[in-house]
Amino acid sequence: MCSWIVEKAIITGSGKGTGGWFPLTQANVSFDHPTNAFMEDSLNIDFVNQDIGPSARIAVEISADSARKLIKAIEGALTNGESHHV
Amino acid sequence: MTYEGMLAETTMITGYNGQGISAYFARPLGPGPFPGLVLMHHLPGWDEWYREATRRFAHHGYLAISPNLYHREGPGDPEDIGAKVRAAGGVADEQAIGDGQGAINYLRSLSISNKKIGVFGTCSGGRHAYLLACRATGVDAIIDCWGGGVVMSKNQLNKKQPVAPLEYTRDLECPLLGIFGEDDPAPTPSQVAHHEQELIKYKKDYRFHTYPNAGHGFFYYHRPGYRAEQAVDGWEKIWAFLEKNLII
Repeated sequence: MCSWIVEKAIITGSGKGTGGWFPLTQANVSFDHPTNAFMEDSLNIDFVNQDIGPSARIAVEISADSARKLIKAIEGALTNGESHHV
Repeated sequence: MTYEGMLAETTMITGYNGQGISAYFARPLGPGPFPGLVLMHHLPGWDEWYREATRRFAHHGYLAISPNLYHREGPGDPEDIGAKVRAAGGVADEQAIGDGQGAINYLRSLSISNKKIGVFGTCSGGRHAYLLACRATGVDAIIDCWGGGVVMSKNQLNKKQPVAPLEYTRDLECPLLGIFGEDDPAPTPSQVAHHEQELIKYKKDYRFHTYPNAGHGFFYYHRPGYRAEQAVDGWEKIWAFLEKNLII
């Protein structure tokens, strides 16, 4: 389908790419054809830092089912982790 | 044995607004004259498949050039550049048309050109090729492979894509070959039918082929959507179409 539909989130943190760690400023999320994952469509997340340049990118392409499991895992980790650390 | 040779290289051409952009140019060796073909690359970018497709057209006797529509986003891995452009909502239609016109002008300026130029594109490149055919000068044939976003609703229009390409159909002055997959979510068969109605309305010279059991991008041999039988037939239709319209 190759749409231009991208959801964006401003984020704070770090990511590790081929050149080492770098600060992350944004996550771009789309559901579209993957570049590498061998499936028709995938949930794609690019963790980026546009100030550094296009190569400051950590790309993830996972199936829709995997993405839903990931959402649950993130929510679970946040709920359990935050209650433990507060 | 007949001698066969090809030169393929990156070069610089003058694109939109007089700006220099990179392009991948492949041509058969020999005195010509040769017909020309401009390849408008797809949304993922100016990538290896487009390099290969450019050489493939050259192998079949065309001066083939693929302008880097993402040149202004800087050097780097085409996948990273493509991701950056996707996040930015693509390139402006006006800019893509200007870059395509630059590629047409480049081919026409060559002494080995027969001055007949076609445009080809897949995915967003099919959409850009259609825009180019309707709005640029010097296009003699256009091949739109599953170009999504030719038919657009009003709420899909934006600053970069202010007019649906369908609206320019009346200005199309060259033959059109359309290649689509029946299972494609964009363009859907109903959008292809809508496009077809517009072409009929303005009495345009066109031929659409919609393949069963094929979705989006079924020419891409390295992706799961590849459909060998449909792709082989699609390429055969492309060669026949170009031979009819670009070879003098």
